[in-house]
Amino acid sequence: MGKSVLLIEDEPNIIEAISFILSRDGWSVSTHSNGHDAVDVVLRNVPDLLILDVMLPGKSGYDILRDLREADTTSNLPVLMLTARGQLKDREMAERVGASRFMTKPFSNAEVLEAVRELVSS
Amino acid sequence: MQKDVETTKEKEMSRDTLTGSRIRERRVMQGMRQAELAKEVGISASYLNLIEHNRRRIGGKLLVNIAQVLNVETSLLSKGAEAALIASLREAAAITEMGHQELQQIDEFAGRFPGWAALVEQQYHRLESLERTAVTLADRLTHDPHLAASVHEMLTMVTAIRSTAGILAETKELEPEWRNRFQRNLNEDSQRLADSSQQLVAYLDGAADAAADLTLPREEVDTFLTSHKFRFQTLDQATPDAVRKFVAVQSELTTAAARDLAKQALLQIASDSRAMPESEVRTFVLETGIDPVAVARFFGTPLSSAIRRLAILSDVSLPVPMGLVMCDGSGTLMLRKQVEGFPLPRFSAACPKWPLFQALSHPMRPISQLVTVTGRDSRRFRCFAVAEPVGALELNVDPLYHSYMLIVPIERGGDSREVGSTCRICSSQNCEGRREPSLLAEGN
Repeated sequence: MGKSVLLIEDEPNIIEAISFILSRDGWSVSTHSNGHDAVDVVLRNVPDLLILDVMLPGKSGYDILRDLREADTTSNLPVLMLTARGQLKDREMAERVGASRFMTKPFSNAEVLEAVRELVSS
Repeated sequence: MQKDVETTKEKEMSRDTLTGSRIRERRVMQGMRQAELAKEVGISASYLNLIEHNRRRIGGKLLVNIAQVLNVETSLLSKGAEAALIASLREAAAITEMGHQELQQIDEFAGRFPGWAALVEQQYHRLESLERTAVTLADRLTHDPHLAASVHEMLTMVTAIRSTAGILAETKELEPEWRNRFQRNLNEDSQRLADSSQQLVAYLDGAADAAADLTLPREEVDTFLTSHKFRFQTLDQATPDAVRKFVAVQSELTTAAARDLAKQALLQIASDSRAMPESEVRTFVLETGIDPVAVARFFGTPLSSAIRRLAILSDVSLPVPMGLVMCDGSGTLMLRKQVEGFPLPRFSAACPKWPLFQALSHPMRPISQLVTVTGRDSRRFRCFAVAEPVGALELNVDPLYHSYMLIVPIERGGDSREVGSTCRICSSQNCEGRREPSLLAEGN
């Protein structure tokens, strides 16, 4: 069984595509699609890596990550943030709340795979 | 006033005494030697030198001859730069901390270096134009939720398509079940992308014309009323049905909601018009001055009606054009009649220091306040505001309020409160009401 990745994203076809490429690469992928209870989901079963969309129904990715950084078990969890907004202020916000890496949509599969591998190996 | 006239005369005299400087400037520009020009017009080089240093006055035939040799209009030498150029340079100087001595030399600068002065003027107007564009774009991108949501939706679709297409193209051995699934996803996403694109194009259609990119019924009504200058005299006696038929054929009103709002606005304008006939309002204002409270008392109308009527009549019948703005209890601007120097924001929330919002805290208590609008113009206005209940009062039910503000330009007055348009374009540095940083703060 490969290392675990939790993908929190609300667009079904993005979930399916990323899940597929990560699974083929040997990762154990689980998914979740709303922000409302995302913190509980992560804390219940902390993955090796979290891929977190910013714009989620119920609670933003920034707020979710802020909460996770305050919990002992997830304070150092590698987190790759995904967003459709690539402005400097969005990157700065991601850094402030503790994102390990920030990726702007649209990204390629290779970019996602590379980022996931690097974040977990480091 | 007398002092202003004297100052203007002094400036004109100052310009006249710079004829020599202009001659020198033109001669040097053409690469002509002083002795050469002197010889051409039959005077000594030393006398021309005195003229060029403004130590001898010049006029008449000698000036005409010099102008002919220099191949310029005589007036260009005698009158120098246009007053408009001088005014623009003064405006440009006002946004910097230029010293008093330099300001005194504006006329000389424009007279001696007309090309450079024109360039400064051109750059100043260019800067103004760019600032306005920046403000418009920032206003739109930051505060237009439909645009932001559309762009986000499209980028999400593109991401899904790119990722799915990548899987189909790069996975060598893809099981038929997965291939079918991803092909179906691709088809769905491309269809959604096409739909989103069409909606966005429709939304942005005509975006080059900022007035045309209408998004909300209220904005359509704003544009409709503004294009008619808020005047619909033929409808003063019209029935509600006639008003309905009138709005039904107006090209600016593209939705039923906009037509309904426009109908309500027109009925209100007509009602105000019947209660306060134009000629009578004009006579009253010319006799008593601009005082909406006095107008309301004289005609027996609510103060809000008098405020609306004065603003609407001001462009053609009253001494000075006036602005009008109305908001509901949430502070949302619902009616805007622009007046120069007091920009009323289209999307953004307005300045919380406007008397319009103070009036909401004290319903039915009229406010009159002098304000200075921040910015390079720093125009001054007297604002009259009042919040009045909407609809009929009911027992044990708190009324809703609409607040109205009449914006009257004034030349001078006592102490005034500094207000802005909206935080994004307000240069005020230490404002307790600031909600977000200003785009212009560093530049001013």
